[in-house]
Amino acid sequence: MNLITVSGPPSSGKTSVILKTIEALTRRDLKVGVVKFDCLYTDDDVLYEKAGIPVKKGLSGAMCPDHYFISNVEEVTQWGKKEGFDLLISESAGLCNRCSPYIKEIKAVCVIDNLSGVNTPKKIGPMLKSADIVVITKGDIVSQAEREVFASRVNLVNPSAVIMNINGLTGQGSFELSTLLHDEKNAVDTIVGKELRFTMPSALCSYCLGETRIGESYQMGNVRKINLENRQ
Amino acid sequence: MIGRNQIADRHIGSLLEDYPFLSSFFKENGLDYQGRDDSTLNQIFEEYDEEEQEERAMDPELLMKQTAEFINQMLAFLNEDNEVHSLTILPGTDKSGEKEGFDSLVIRKSEVISIVGPTGSGKSRLLGDIEWVAQADTPTARNILINGDVPDSTWRFSTSKKLVAQLSQNMNFVMDLNVREFIELHAESRLVENPGEVIERIIIEANKLAGESFSEETPITSLSGGQSRALMIADTAILSRSPIILIDEIENAGIDRKRALDLLLSEEKIVLMATHDPILALMAHRRIVIKNGGITKVIETTEEERTILSTLEELDRTVLAYRTRLRAGEILIKG
Ligand SMILES: Nc1nc2c(ncn2[C@@H]2O[C@H](COP(=O)(O)OP(=O)(O)OP(=O)(O)O)[C@@H](O)[C@H]2O)c(=O)[nH]1
Ligand SMILES: Nc1ncnc2c1ncn2[C@@H]1O[C@H](COP(=O)(O)OP(=O)(O)O)[C@@H](O)[C@H]1O
Ligand SMILES: [Mg+2]
Ligand SMILES: [Mg+2]
Repeated sequence: MNLITVSGPPSSGKTSVILKTIEALTRRDLKVGVVKFDCLYTDDDVLYEKAGIPVKKGLSGAMCPDHYFISNVEEVTQWGKKEGFDLLISESAGLCNRCSPYIKEIKAVCVIDNLSGVNTPKKIGPMLKSADIVVITKGDIVSQAEREVFASRVNLVNPSAVIMNINGLTGQGSFELSTLLHDEKNAVDTIVGKELRFTMPSALCSYCLGETRIGESYQMGNVRKINLENRQ
Repeated sequence: MIGRNQIADRHIGSLLEDYPFLSSFFKENGLDYQGRDDSTLNQIFEEYDEEEQEERAMDPELLMKQTAEFINQMLAFLNEDNEVHSLTILPGTDKSGEKEGFDSLVIRKSEVISIVGPTGSGKSRLLGDIEWVAQADTPTARNILINGDVPDSTWRFSTSKKLVAQLSQNMNFVMDLNVREFIELHAESRLVENPGEVIERIIIEANKLAGESFSEETPITSLSGGQSRALMIADTAILSRSPIILIDEIENAGIDRKRALDLLLSEEKIVLMATHDPILALMAHRRIVIKNGGITKVIETTEEERTILSTLEELDRTVLAYRTRLRAGEILIKG
């Protein structure tokens, strides 16, 4: 089974792109399943189910969804194998721009949209910079020039990636993406022992553990203070 | 090819001298490189200790590798001969698996081809095959050749060397910029050498296409539909390096269609447009008829059709004139 991780800011078009891409994969008689990771709420599982795609969802609740993802990814891999999938796609919303759920040797796709603005690519960290494929959506509602500028900004922060424009509504470009996902050579039985491409932020402070009160005396563990001095 | 080891120990100053485009790369990746001409790339990376690397979500080894990759891409972009003289479509199969009704279709520079057929017949798929430079690996099993040959795969995957530019269907500008700033931004991403000149030309051409004129100070978000389309077409014609322009059922009210096509052709583009608009369909030199997913006919626009086109254009001008007068508050009279 191939495992593919798809990540991207909320509402960037991940589900739309995955749904259209699975249509193309299914036509090649590949069996595909999806796991959706989110924080508090998601309806995506309903969308996948409606399309007849086997789906599991995991809500991280008070935890960071990417931390939650990485603690559960082996379990869902085993689920996918048991179901006999050729391809298991995980969808997770990158909420903090600093995390990224990508694993070494596991194909990583980042989905961002043209509407997010030309300065967005440099604000998104490893989720964009270390992706193998960057999918840019919502090109149908901006100009050719904006698409070119946006793609060139993405290329500046990740020159290694394959950058593709996909229309999440019509599916234009999703067939092309589908040809890049399935590869017998990358099949995995387990991902135990594999490593994250990038460390997740190390934060363990009193607020992580449920503290709600504000003030210096309640702040414990990993605390860092804002620098309000003028720099340089 | 430049490898990571060839740049790691070079001084920033000399790197920037050889590869000026690196400054936007360093800037976009948040590297403190200004005023550091005498430091090497390695030295700059080494200054970030582990904590700071975490902090900035930076991976020096990855960034070094990507710097080399970026240099190679840009050099290829600047030096390569990307000229496309012709595009060849070799037949595949329609939705029933039957072979398409033509042997080989060669489209040359400065040619306009329209694509007609009912909704769902496969017009967009044909445009998609061209954009993806299909090699019998799409649902239609068509093959696309460039300059008569099987194209190399960089046409598929490179951001800077894009085979096609596509004019959007529902075009909005979302950036908060005026017309000049907007084109500047685009010119910068294309590494244009004389942005001032190019910007001026685009604004002049766009104004010729649009009914109502606008200036370089106009915020792009306040352009009318016609003005936006005119700016987009002029910008694509003049600034986009892609040799092929795809137009998929574009909304074309408020622009001078003939002029728009002439502008694209004067820039030696190949233009393909899927359309239901009879004027656009007949303005093409040839039109491709699609049914059930397959190309069934390729028709050269006849002399008779050209006279019909003139009649249609006349009608179109009449409608436009009435529209202008109504908008100006006039009461219409016959004749
Ligand atoms: N115009 C346009 N809309 C799009 C495109 N792709 C997605 N959308 C719309 O954008 C909205 C969000 O798309 P989703 O696919 O749900 O995004 P997502 O990234 O899965 O969202 P979350 O999982 O909630 O983070 C939906 O209303 C889609 O219809 C596109 O290419 N063009
Ligand atoms: N030759 C073909 N074989 C199989 N499927 C096809 C073929 N041509 C088109 N299709 C599919 O038919 C659907 C409709 O085609 P589309 O190009 O969107 O039509 P149009 O743009 O003319 O409305 C798409 O899903 C497309 O992939
Ligand atoms: Mg989703
Ligand atoms: Mg269409």
